[in-house]
Amino acid sequence: MSTTAPVAAGSVVDPTITGRLGDSPARPDGVAKVQGSFAFSGDLSADGFLWGATLRSPHPYARVVSIDLSAAWKINGVEAIITAADVPGKPTYGLISQDQPVFAAEYVRFVGEPVAAVAANHPDTCRRALEAIVVTYEVLEPLTDPERSVDGSFPPIHPDGNVFRHQRIVRGDTSVTGEVVVEGDYEIGMQDQAFLGLEAALAIPDPGGAGVELYVATQWLHEDRHQIAACLGLEDEQVRLTLGGVGGAFGAREDISLQVHTCLLALRTGRPVRIAYSREESFLGHVHRHPARIWMRHHATVDGKIVKIEARFVMDGGAYASTSSAVLINAVTHTQGPYKCDNAVVDGWAVRTNNLPCGAMRGFGVVQACFAHEGQMDRLAAACGLDPVEIRLRNAMETGDRLITGQVIENVAPVARCILETAALPLPDEPVGGHDGDPMRLPGGAGLTADRSHIRRGIGWGVAIKNLMYSEGFDDYSTARCVLRDGVASLKFATSEVGQGFVTIAGQIARSVLGVDDVVLEPIDTTIGSAGSTSASRQTWMSGGAVDGACRLVREQLFAHVGSQHGIDPLRLAIDGRDVIDTMGDLRVPVAEASAGVTFEETFEHHHRPTEDLDEDGQGNCHTAFAFVAHRAVVDVDPELGLVKVIQIATAQDIGRALNPLSVLGQIEGGIAQGVGLAVMEEIIQTDGRVRNANFTDYLLPTMLDMPDVLVSLIEEPDPMAPLGAKGVGEPPCISSTPAVVAAIRDAIGKDLTRTPVRPSDIVF
Amino acid sequence: MSVTVAHTLDDALASLAATPTATVLAGGTDLMVELNGGHRRTDAVVSVNRVRELRSWRHDPAAATLHIGAAVTYAELAAEPLASFAPALAQAARTVGSPQIRNAATIGGNVGTASPAGDGLPVLSALDAVVHLASLAGRRDVAFAEFATGPKRTVLQPGELITGITIPVLSGYQGYAKVGVRNAMVIATASACLAVDVPGRSVRLALGSVGPVILRAPEAEALAVAAADFEAGAIDADAVEAFGAAAGRAARPIDDHRSSAAYRRRAIEVLARRLLVRAFPGTPGGE
Repeated sequence: MSTTAPVAAGSVVDPTITGRLGDSPARPDGVAKVQGSFAFSGDLSADGFLWGATLRSPHPYARVVSIDLSAAWKINGVEAIITAADVPGKPTYGLISQDQPVFAAEYVRFVGEPVAAVAANHPDTCRRALEAIVVTYEVLEPLTDPERSVDGSFPPIHPDGNVFRHQRIVRGDTSVTGEVVVEGDYEIGMQDQAFLGLEAALAIPDPGGAGVELYVATQWLHEDRHQIAACLGLEDEQVRLTLGGVGGAFGAREDISLQVHTCLLALRTGRPVRIAYSREESFLGHVHRHPARIWMRHHATVDGKIVKIEARFVMDGGAYASTSSAVLINAVTHTQGPYKCDNAVVDGWAVRTNNLPCGAMRGFGVVQACFAHEGQMDRLAAACGLDPVEIRLRNAMETGDRLITGQVIENVAPVARCILETAALPLPDEPVGGHDGDPMRLPGGAGLTADRSHIRRGIGWGVAIKNLMYSEGFDDYSTARCVLRDGVASLKFATSEVGQGFVTIAGQIARSVLGVDDVVLEPIDTTIGSAGSTSASRQTWMSGGAVDGACRLVREQLFAHVGSQHGIDPLRLAIDGRDVIDTMGDLRVPVAEASAGVTFEETFEHHHRPTEDLDEDGQGNCHTAFAFVAHRAVVDVDPELGLVKVIQIATAQDIGRALNPLSVLGQIEGGIAQGVGLAVMEEIIQTDGRVRNANFTDYLLPTMLDMPDVLVSLIEEPDPMAPLGAKGVGEPPCISSTPAVVAAIRDAIGKDLTRTPVRPSDIVF
Repeated sequence: MSVTVAHTLDDALASLAATPTATVLAGGTDLMVELNGGHRRTDAVVSVNRVRELRSWRHDPAAATLHIGAAVTYAELAAEPLASFAPALAQAARTVGSPQIRNAATIGGNVGTASPAGDGLPVLSALDAVVHLASLAGRRDVAFAEFATGPKRTVLQPGELITGITIPVLSGYQGYAKVGVRNAMVIATASACLAVDVPGRSVRLALGSVGPVILRAPEAEALAVAAADFEAGAIDADAVEAFGAAAGRAARPIDDHRSSAAYRRRAIEVLARRLLVRAFPGTPGGE
């Protein structure tokens, strides 16, 4: 059968785009995305492809007694039906521990867990086939309260037990007490990444089933490949992945969802197979932000200096491990926030329940910790009679301070500067309740629920520290290849472009290092070494470092070539504009001319410095690097109806260096949108393990009309540890924006709020 | 699936008579979501949004009524000239979905879907709208209060089509307010419409999303009529409080994933008070 290979996302190149580091060139995929011509993974097709679909568990916890496929097989057009019995390789997968079945075998452990998959000639045939599969379940009482996983009162729902990880941190003198003590219980709801481009993949089998090619929207091609190959019983090299156009990720594409199913169906039928999730299926089919309950007690001196923190974290990881253990470590190691603290006792659990599985989402555990520690800072300010800015300045962390893990902060750490520059940004000139005549500036907006006299304004603060890159001894790296010929640089990497803009940055790096205008980006696939995951705010640092390294090696070759042609020591050569110049003489040769007919090629792996595991007291240099941010939120609240309009968010962010200022602003505004969402509306609601709002009617995301004005101050202190001086900027904007908004609501209504998202009823009652 | 695109009302009624189980498609803003989500299936669709008679409206100054065809869109209701004839309906229309949805969604579809959260419905209830139905067998009119019998259940018979509604053009304040968790493009947690007929000395209050169907609040209405100074446009603060409380008593809200019954009842109390103050902004006794 002939197949047409789809166009890969990374090969979209606009030759009119130029721009070097520090500029803000247009995205190479920008116009296509705006015009609707960009091929997202959901748009992929191949000649003669079959549709795939997934049968999912309707129960949060049940034993699978039997599966009867006979009626489904009788449906005309059904080409394959597969269950756990048809998985040729490893029956389970997972990023850290492989505890999640490709298909449920003995037990289903959450509503939505895959039980079978079909391939057929039409989506309707798939639907009828799924309906015809008869699964007999013995329904069991589900474990939905994470505290029962902690206290061990519920029998194990998985052979690996009900606790993913417990981590204790003990630091300094734990007998110390403060003259001022404040404590609070905090709760964070389950947020969804809610990317717009739904999960979709196209698998094309090799003739004879020798291997398979998968086009998929993912965050980490090589890790996907490794897990897929293991489940298929193939070698990694027999599985080739190409990035399908990604419509957002935010952590939800780190785990396997439809990858193995799609490949299995393709190998079973010998035909291309395509699976595309619906929105409802997407809510069930990927991991979410961990709901968390956090208790914190801060001890301080009368003048507000923190002397000890005690804390307890319980994070509900749902049915399977995903990255729960790493999310927990991020949460507990960020207990203190961006503040000095010498003494601490922290206990944290990430546990298994029959709720939806949770894993990575932008902020990765730090969002939860920050909501609690920022609530505590406001309590401490009140107890000490200080304002929210002063309490934070008095405790602000600096380079050289230690985390409660004992790790020294070696990065640039401009915490006080973040706070002061945020405070210096102007407050809105708009009166409380907005200017006359525009209901959209009032809480309730188009619903015309309020008049200006009903509205109260509040101001709140949030400040955060966020680790960058992976932790706990993982040898993290990224790979890039650079080829220079005839004045054109070609770049090859497997870095997932999920919308963050690495395809723009990569070209800027090559133009800056090599003095070229034209940069070609090769397809993003597994024919080169791993780039690691597009997560943990790491790609500009890691893949940026790899592209920079490869380009610099090519530049050395170019200088050696020019040097030998002209009898000049290559060390005297430099790039000036588009030319190679002799810094000690008159030679000036255009790069295009110097590379005419010659090919220079180099591949470079960038590794970050090694990290360590934590010991049993939670001590160790487990993180790679850190970034900091401050947010100040201004909100208008209708206290009688509990409706909120976020008016303005001001932020100063420690970014190291703005390689592409427009792209940085995009990350900041987008992250704030997600932070505002978690503050006032975004939550997956489950009752007894069943999701009640797996759609965009009831899972509400902020729209343009809910977005506040955003004022930004970029703090550029290039970090010596970062290859380009630039810190990751993706996660910090969504971390402390949430507590800032909630603090502003507290300020407006004069009432304690300890849960996010804040629901109207939390304000009213 | 068979799809019939009707261009005249007779076409539409004939198609519905031939296939009484057919699903009527107008703007498709409810239907397509249900079909795409797999929550509804249909073998036959009759599309009515190209039927001229359904797309038109007619103001009768002598009778002081406004007839609105079933396929008139929310975008049309939100804009002039219709907005001036039915200001509360225009306000409700502006809360419906996004501009794209308002360009497609129709008032007839809102009535036919009969969701308790339907944005336009509290207005039709407060205005005592008449719903016009037609089938090959003939035409009939149903009072809005009689049309919906429960959530998404109506008196519409197989083969019958909603052709339009008629509402009175009242002289007096009318306003709509809707609570949702987002500032636009959100399903109602609670909504209310208040309409005043100054010459007729009546105050009507209808409540949405707080019962199986749209509810009226007769106790609150009577209380307002007794307390209001219609000429001065004024009402005293105690009456406003009592009006809100009575509106809350009329609500029959439930707990669900969108909100709690207690919050919905409170929201109705607040919306009712605020709408009444908008209707009667003056100070009793005059100044």
